[in-house]
Amino acid sequence: MKEPLIRVVKKAELGSREIFILRLEAIFLALVAGGLFILLIGQNPFVIYKTIITGALRSEMAIQATVKIAIPLLIASLGVTLAFKMRFWNIGAEGQIIMGGIFASYFALFHAGWNHWLLVIVMFLAGALGGGLWGLIPAWFKTKYDTNETLFTLMLNYIALNVIVFLREGPWRDPGSQGYAKIARFDKNAALDKVLGIQFGWVIALALLVLVWIYLNRSKQGYEIGVVGESQETARYAGMNVKKVVLRTMFLSGAVCGIGGMVQACGSDVTLTTAVAGGVGFTAIIVAWLAQLNPPAIFIVTILFSILEKGSSVVQSSFGLSSDCADVLQGIILFFILGCELFIRYKFVFRGKGGAGV
Amino acid sequence: MTEQYAIECRQITKVFGSVIANDKINLTVKYGEIMALLGENGSGKTTLMNMLSGIYHPDSGSILVGGKEVSINSPVDSRNLGIGMIHQHFKLVDVFSAMENIVLGTGGKRLGKKALKEKIEQLSHSFGLEIEPEKKIYDMSVSEKQTVEILKVLYRGAQILILDEPTAVLTPQETDKLFAILRKMREQGCAIIIITHKLHEVLSISDRVTILRKGQSIDTVMTKDCNEKQLTELMVGRPVSLNIERPEIAEKNTILKVVDLTVEKSDGTVALDDISFEIKTGEILGVAGVAGSGQKELCETLTGLMPAKKGAILYHKENVLGKTPSEIIRLGISMSFVPEDRLGMGLVASMGMVDNMLLKSYTEAKGPFVEREPARELAEKLIDKLGIVTPGVDTPVRLMSGGNVQKVLLGREIESNPQVLITAYPVRGLDINSSYMIYDLLNEQKKKGVAVVYIGEDLDVLLELSDRIMVLCHGKVTGVVDAKTVTKEQIGLMMTGAGKEERV
Repeated sequence: MKEPLIRVVKKAELGSREIFILRLEAIFLALVAGGLFILLIGQNPFVIYKTIITGALRSEMAIQATVKIAIPLLIASLGVTLAFKMRFWNIGAEGQIIMGGIFASYFALFHAGWNHWLLVIVMFLAGALGGGLWGLIPAWFKTKYDTNETLFTLMLNYIALNVIVFLREGPWRDPGSQGYAKIARFDKNAALDKVLGIQFGWVIALALLVLVWIYLNRSKQGYEIGVVGESQETARYAGMNVKKVVLRTMFLSGAVCGIGGMVQACGSDVTLTTAVAGGVGFTAIIVAWLAQLNPPAIFIVTILFSILEKGSSVVQSSFGLSSDCADVLQGIILFFILGCELFIRYKFVFRGKGGAGV
Repeated sequence: MTEQYAIECRQITKVFGSVIANDKINLTVKYGEIMALLGENGSGKTTLMNMLSGIYHPDSGSILVGGKEVSINSPVDSRNLGIGMIHQHFKLVDVFSAMENIVLGTGGKRLGKKALKEKIEQLSHSFGLEIEPEKKIYDMSVSEKQTVEILKVLYRGAQILILDEPTAVLTPQETDKLFAILRKMREQGCAIIIITHKLHEVLSISDRVTILRKGQSIDTVMTKDCNEKQLTELMVGRPVSLNIERPEIAEKNTILKVVDLTVEKSDGTVALDDISFEIKTGEILGVAGVAGSGQKELCETLTGLMPAKKGAILYHKENVLGKTPSEIIRLGISMSFVPEDRLGMGLVASMGMVDNMLLKSYTEAKGPFVEREPARELAEKLIDKLGIVTPGVDTPVRLMSGGNVQKVLLGREIESNPQVLITAYPVRGLDINSSYMIYDLLNEQKKKGVAVVYIGEDLDVLLELSDRIMVLCHGKVTGVVDAKTVTKEQIGLMMTGAGKEERV
């Protein structure tokens, strides 16, 4: 019998400084691996990397576009974080964003004549309500019948998406549009104002960042979320009403995502399309976990993601690379950063090397 | 000629992260010998045995089986070497019969049902085991299940048996039976390693004892040459007194009365069957019983976590049944329940001491925010008072050692000034020193006039610490006895439901 070639061995708990260094190393390696890929397709990696950064930040317009990408991503990441803190696997941010967009769009389309600020406030509340209710459905079934929330929230995404399709083809179809069906552009009165040249949504996103941060770390309800997430038994023992906490938290998680949908529809798109969420709900999951569910870190990760996305689109147009190349690059970076989590907790030991060293 | 060892471990080292679980351990066992592996929890007993059974691989050192150096990479390797392990938690398929469980996983050609039954009966006869091969596991008692586990490894031709705390789930009578079987196996030439931390068992069954402490093999002694005191000193590393105090309190009043309480589990089976008893201030009521006799349900019903089907719980003559857990907490009934995995209930593993102090009191703060300052002060006070060792009040409690975690839990409950303190397995997994600290804490509460309920596993401790002992068997109270006069054997009989019921 031979000793196996490689064994996985658990590491000591690392300090936060060591973990930080390990993550930096991962990012560095990701850039190296990404560079090799760029070399392979016949480009200079340094030029490409430089273009990604400058492409995202080179001009006021570029920065505005980058921020526009960041707004819904930041909001949705904060939304899913609320649920993830409770270990409730809300994969349904996409659907909650869409529902928020739909609810808000109703007022934008049919009550465009209201006083502007009243309309904005109503749209904001409607967006939160739409997303919140869409989040409440799987939570209710979870508490009542112990259904699997991962599948449930995921499936609701597709239902939400097709609700838009239905509205577009039927009741909300723009009679003025020629050819394929679409929903009409909102009245100017229903569009969000601009602050510093970018839609108002970024102010909302930053406000939510602070609110969610305080909510999770300082409030009683945030404390309850942490306890329920760790152990429902412990929560019950401490006298908490676990069902109530689950329902409330999922409503809030969905509501925050729904606000993201409202901001995207009324701020950036000024209409409702099937692309209102556009995968943001899924990217948000990655952002939330990369940031270890920590709101300030979520802010940083969101900015980095947005720069990568905006920069990649510039690379695409200026070097004639297909959008798939940018996706491969993103994939490589994610692979390394997520993969380094394994090395935070484990190390590999080769045959004959022992491994007892501490 | 050098002696042929069944198993010889040389300089075995195994590291988990920053914890050295095994540090250059040497251990030998001969054929026809029972070797006891003695050590406190966390001393590395189970890690060492898991390496022999192929679950872990040693980082360095070598293992010799029958004089030949081997590398055990999987449980299959271990089985092929004739090593059989009987785990603390049985690994049996409930809906299968004993016979089916025994042959499960053995390769090769299956014997016919009749031939198989004969073979098993013959095998069990030769070792003095009693078994009904066709009986389903779910119909079996704990001791019967253990017999099936033993037969399982014997059927596979194991010559080396490892038993991990086999007596934890047995009554004293069942333990005697198990020991008789083990002695018979020794006569037949098996090598047996028994892991335990119960000293009297070591003395009654083993030929040699190897003592582990903090991952190191401290000493190996012949059992006949030593006594309980010496073994304890080797195990703990310093002399300890083994007497538990039992202060007498003159004034006792009934504070909580349980009347005709019947509780059903969620699957409809009866967990507590029409039980009645009283809890008095200034005394410790011990609760004895085989694991799973209704202890957990008793705790959960008293604290409002579980609904009752019938009966009443009178606290200061007021029925508290049907109140929510938070209402009961406010009445001053406090529970520190230490489940098997210790952190499952009562503490939040990933939170620090400060946040854990808040667990039951966070609602008291006014407004929507939690107040961490008083909790921080309380945490610091407990560190001082109970000598809790932790890098800081915000260090997650899962990183603290078992004894310190227990102190955090019990300390918080005591600081809430309860009238009734329910503790379940508070010394589970603790070393001797920490255990005595917990007993002292409980006695202190008793002197203050608190009614203490102590649900325990170790009968010796229950007999010394409690004023009265209530015995549970299959959810029924089979006796409430005076701890000063009752014997261990009498309690053992009540635990099986065989003793006659008596009340004091």
